[in-house]
Amino acid sequence: MLRYALKRGLSLLLSLAVASLVIFFVIEVAPGDPASFMLGINAEPDTVAALRAELGLDQSKAQRYLAWIGGMVTGDFGMSYTYRTPVAGMIADRMWVSLPLALYALALSTLIAFPAGIYAAARRGKAGDMAVMGATQLGVAVPNFWFAMILVLIFAINLRWFGAGGFAGWDKGFGTAIHSLTLPAIALALPQAAILARVMRSALLDILGEDFMRTARAKGLTRRQALWRHGLRNAMIPVLTIIGLQFSFLLAGAIIIEQVFFLPGLGRLVFQAISSRDLIVVESVVMILVFAVISVNFLVDLTYALVDPRLRSRT
Amino acid sequence: MSRNLLLGTVLSSLVVLAALVSFFWTPFDHTAMDIPAKLQRPNGLHWLGTDHFGRDIFSMIMVGARTSIAVALVAVGIGMGIGIPLGLTAAAQQGSWLDEVIMRANDLVFAFPSLVIAILITAIFGAGAVNAIIAIGIFNIPVFARITRGAALSLWAREFILAARVSGKGAARISAEHILPNVANLLIVQGTIQFSLGILAEAGLSYVGLGAQPPTPSWGRMLADAQTMVSFAPHLALIPGSAIILTVLGLNLMGDGLRDWLDPKLRVSR
Amino acid sequence: MSLLQISNLSLRIGSHAILKAVSLAVAPGEIVAVTGESGSGKSMTAFSVMGLLPETAMASGKIMLESTDLLTQNEAQMCTLRGASIGMVFQEPMTALNPVKTIGDQVMETILIHKAMPADQARTRTRSLLDRVGLSADRFPLSRYPHELSGGQRQRVVIAMAIALRPKLLIADEPTTALDVTTQAQILDLLRDLVHEFDMGLLIITHDLAVVANLADRIVVMRHGEVVETGSTQVLLRDMQHPYTKMLFAASSHQVTLPEPPAPQPLLEVRGAIRDYPLPRETLFAKPKQFRAVKDVSFTLYRGERLGLVGESGCGKSTLTRAILGLEPLQGGEILLDGTPITTTQNSEIRRKMQVVFQDPFGSFNPRHRVDKLITEPFHILSDPPQGSARSDLITETLRAVGLQPEDAQKYIHQFSGGQRQRIAIARALITRPELILFDEAVSALDVSVRAQILDLLAELCEAYALSYLFISHDLSVVRTITDRCLVMQKGEIVEAGATEAIFSSPQHPYTQALIAAAPVLPEIDLGAA
Repeated sequence: MLRYALKRGLSLLLSLAVASLVIFFVIEVAPGDPASFMLGINAEPDTVAALRAELGLDQSKAQRYLAWIGGMVTGDFGMSYTYRTPVAGMIADRMWVSLPLALYALALSTLIAFPAGIYAAARRGKAGDMAVMGATQLGVAVPNFWFAMILVLIFAINLRWFGAGGFAGWDKGFGTAIHSLTLPAIALALPQAAILARVMRSALLDILGEDFMRTARAKGLTRRQALWRHGLRNAMIPVLTIIGLQFSFLLAGAIIIEQVFFLPGLGRLVFQAISSRDLIVVESVVMILVFAVISVNFLVDLTYALVDPRLRSRT
Repeated sequence: MSRNLLLGTVLSSLVVLAALVSFFWTPFDHTAMDIPAKLQRPNGLHWLGTDHFGRDIFSMIMVGARTSIAVALVAVGIGMGIGIPLGLTAAAQQGSWLDEVIMRANDLVFAFPSLVIAILITAIFGAGAVNAIIAIGIFNIPVFARITRGAALSLWAREFILAARVSGKGAARISAEHILPNVANLLIVQGTIQFSLGILAEAGLSYVGLGAQPPTPSWGRMLADAQTMVSFAPHLALIPGSAIILTVLGLNLMGDGLRDWLDPKLRVSR
Repeated sequence: MSLLQISNLSLRIGSHAILKAVSLAVAPGEIVAVTGESGSGKSMTAFSVMGLLPETAMASGKIMLESTDLLTQNEAQMCTLRGASIGMVFQEPMTALNPVKTIGDQVMETILIHKAMPADQARTRTRSLLDRVGLSADRFPLSRYPHELSGGQRQRVVIAMAIALRPKLLIADEPTTALDVTTQAQILDLLRDLVHEFDMGLLIITHDLAVVANLADRIVVMRHGEVVETGSTQVLLRDMQHPYTKMLFAASSHQVTLPEPPAPQPLLEVRGAIRDYPLPRETLFAKPKQFRAVKDVSFTLYRGERLGLVGESGCGKSTLTRAILGLEPLQGGEILLDGTPITTTQNSEIRRKMQVVFQDPFGSFNPRHRVDKLITEPFHILSDPPQGSARSDLITETLRAVGLQPEDAQKYIHQFSGGQRQRIAIARALITRPELILFDEAVSALDVSVRAQILDLLAELCEAYALSYLFISHDLSVVRTITDRCLVMQKGEIVEAGATEAIFSSPQHPYTQALIAAAPVLPEIDLGAA
């Protein structure tokens, strides 16, 4: 098990290294010099050169990459070209909106999808299954940001149960903060829950056809007992894969949803940075997002091993 | 043909038809502003009402369908065109360094959701429909590579492939002659699913301003424009949203229906 | 009084009649074998007793377990009977166990689900059950997972699960079909012992008549959902009534007449062949370890002879077959066909001389091609493949040669039965007029009656087309009849080689002796008019 974890951990680091290279060089090929862009077209060449030196742009690519990575590891993300403040600070503030939002949505999505998928699988072909499947078919088709607008229209503007946007901040207390993230989380979670419920159902139905389910029934387990005791844990293997994938969708989705609710998250930051060509901010935000996605998939890999003993013994 | 397949095909065809017809005819010029007639609810003249500039929403939806379909279609094309050969190659050389490199690269692309790719691309080249296509397309590559490789691997172990190898056929020829036709169904089904995801992704990118730029109409941007007016003109949001939902729903129903219809195992039992 | 009494059991799935008025009985301590070819309904009979039929199945008649009619029991009542009063053992030990639960938990579950005893007692009982089925505590603690066990060991776990509550009736559905012959013998011994020890009734479903004859007290022969004949083993073997029963036994011990092989002249020479596989990497940087599947194997196949290659699963015979076919490279030694070395990039002249027929009549064909395209695939090897009428004449001639019709060329593979598909596979191997054909378990998946026909066809063809055969199989009785000489392979090495009859009548190597001793044989039966 430890060996498996180490191996996955090593591959996590490798992925991160390659991802950082890709991001760095993609940004490198960007046309235009940040320094001249920041100072405007009428800037004196001397001033531009001075700024380039200040930003470290006069160093070689390899030096700059290593400096960037080295900084990242120690928590120093560099200086924003436009705001002239540390990027790390800007990101840290915003991350505490985007990340909790994605996790909140992931929790909601799982809480909705598991019972729905299990229920549908247990009543395969019956009215309950049809209803759940119809609802998920619709849920998969709904764009989350549109759903968010509709939620605002109903629950914020008409019913006034929630604010129409903005984030209370964690210093106002956990409950208040969570309350202001609830509508966005629901908007994110429901379409993903629809996908997850479908995967859960079909994974369970696949398992129902396995020989060991018949063995379980031959022991005297009822259909339901067999489903819970033998089906669920085996079905978790494909379901976990999807949960891992969904996290990256949720994080990306969070960036879009933030626009609907005017949440001060990474999304707002990155779109502002794009429009002002603050590439170091873009670079850092993208790296943070990729780091989050790769780490979550690492956790999913570890969970696989907890679920499936075959992975544990394989080295 | 199942009810799902029929309904899905009809819905998808309607959207495609609307996009095609919009090249020759729309009820109004979709760019023509008519401020006095702004924010009308659906009526006899403007079937789906007008927006805040008095533009005809029905015409905008028709032309917007063009953008959605074009972006999603080309993105799926990129994904299939690159992903399928990669998947076939990886499967044909299973266990080799090439297979390993292809699959690792796939894993890596999976760590960049299409929105993140779009952010990177727009940061460099600026926003636009073409960049949206590339972003969604890149994300589609590993999807098709992975599914092709998985299906092809199970075929490579089958005895009819061994028989073909004994007949002296090479990996490329076997891939083209035996593997590809037998994974085609799966790829068609996945193609419709990715197509519908592409429509959703395009809408999302346009909504945050990374997709098609004005004056190219797009459903996502119509929603972005509608946002501030949703409290007094909800139809501005409801109509483009419904267009997206119906299109995606239609494609998904078609994909599910096709899967059942093309699956020989299910066909025997029918 | 009978323990199990099935009377007039009929079963329909939709409009399809699966079982027609089946009647049979099992007494306590009695072993009843239900046998027949595929589609006879023998497995469905077993599942009817368990009440584990597809939901759309409609059953009528009576299935009395002592004084309870199982067909009138509701689902909840059946659940209390399954596992407690009736235990079941399945065909596929590799998939019959839940891969994510320990063997201890799975065996214990039978006890706990019926609330037979508290958990700590159940654990002790589970331990003694595993001991009883031959899985000792030191090597097989309760915490083992199924993937750590071999097929035979898993089947022992399944048996432990089935007998945990000492059921009155045990049902075994082809319990040894997926196992090697030596493992099969052990599992059958275990079942026989358990029946006597617990005074259980055993209803065993099997297609293997040799197993039936050696194990059963009574035999039930089924065909197309009907019982055609039933009787005590002694009586039935001595005096078969129904022509189908006679045909079945005759086909099982079918002998073919082979032409005399010509004077020895080497065709295929294997010299010191070594084949290594890399094992999965243990660490990221260390070189992966190698598994030597074929260890320095040498033999010669002479022109015009039929050579057998027998061994149990994992002995390396499939690997060797692939190396001979030039599908995988050797790490040492060489293989010569007609004096020319075989490599993975060999020339077409060599490939033309050697063709292959595989085991699976369903997996050996691309389902999207017509028969004419399927059987002409080896034309790819030919530098000058026949065209036009020469091509169609060759197709017609080859289809006729394997007992099919010229019209069959236009059909798709799903329109044929398993036996016909194997004929098509032979046609594909024959179409380039090769000198050597490899048969990789080519008749193992076929019903006995079909198998007998295919063996006859092979005997005819080798004479008509002057063919040499390399016959790879785990089935000793088939190899015995279709080959002149035979090689026995164990753990990557040839342990014995010689004339087939000599090897079978007086095996020299201890492994060959064990193999032949373990294989169940049909007793000598006077088939009279059959």
